[in-house]
Amino acid sequence: MRRFLMLMIVLSSLSYSSKVFSVQPDEMLSDPVLELRAREISQKIRCLVCQNQPIDDSDADLAHDLRILVRERLVAGDTNDQIMKYLADRYGDYVLLSPPFKVTTLVLWLGPLFFLLGGGWVMASFYRNRKNGVPRPRARKADW
Amino acid sequence: MRISLVPMIIFVVLAVIFAWRLVLVNQGEVPNLIPSTMIGRVAPVFDMPVLRKNGAQFFTADLRGKVHFINFFASWCVACRQEHSLLLQLTGQGAVLVGIDYKDAGQDAVQWLVQMGDPYDVIAVDRRGRVGIDFGVYGVPESYVVDRQGVIRFKQTGPLTVEDVQTKILPLIKELNK
Repeated sequence: MRRFLMLMIVLSSLSYSSKVFSVQPDEMLSDPVLELRAREISQKIRCLVCQNQPIDDSDADLAHDLRILVRERLVAGDTNDQIMKYLADRYGDYVLLSPPFKVTTLVLWLGPLFFLLGGGWVMASFYRNRKNGVPRPRARKADW
Repeated sequence: MRISLVPMIIFVVLAVIFAWRLVLVNQGEVPNLIPSTMIGRVAPVFDMPVLRKNGAQFFTADLRGKVHFINFFASWCVACRQEHSLLLQLTGQGAVLVGIDYKDAGQDAVQWLVQMGDPYDVIAVDRRGRVGIDFGVYGVPESYVVDRQGVIRFKQTGPLTVEDVQTKILPLIKELNK
């Protein structure tokens, strides 16, 4: 099991090999289960310095501190959700790359659905118009 | 509704939204500023050594009873130089000036303060940046106004400006002292 997980970690880091590898070897936990969880959490936490990167990918100093913090809390026995909440308490929901479903994020979550339905409606009425309202162009011969 | 009007309406709505945002930015809103969740909340629990005073500690409980202006700074921080003269102006304005030396090495801060002038009443050392994280700091300098009950009332991300000090910080300190 441990070997398998180590392999998973190695493979998952290979898939990032096109990028600069931000997680430093000295940051990593010796327990592969916890390390894998740390990576999983770090990919969901936004770096507040380079605002469109998860802390897992970021070379910013703060991202490094947050990665260490995530690992410390894991070792202390926190669940993934507790750690996410710990960070959101301090930096706001902004720190979560996938924002929670709330009144303030309704537009964000339902907006795409609204656009999909709106687009569907536009297309439906376009085709309906073409069928009924607008006369089809007749064959040229008849017009002569 | 005529179908041909739909793109037009979408265009107008978007144009209005963009124009509105541009006006806000023009009025001084910073689009990439992260709103602080700490405002209205009690200052986080901390326990930091005091700079230049061996053995002395600075605790959250020390914030009670007086209005405090907390400024996260570092000797390596360029923007801190920029705001430093404004900090000197904040002395004696009704708030205890607390400097939190964020992730500085050794005695760098001591030297820096000798060179730049020392506006602070207390300087606490946050060597690992953990107190910073508890305050929601994501880059120095950042400043907070804490009221007499120890509740955070204001946060400034980035260097102070004359305008911020005059229109926001000093009036707030005055009000909190009433």
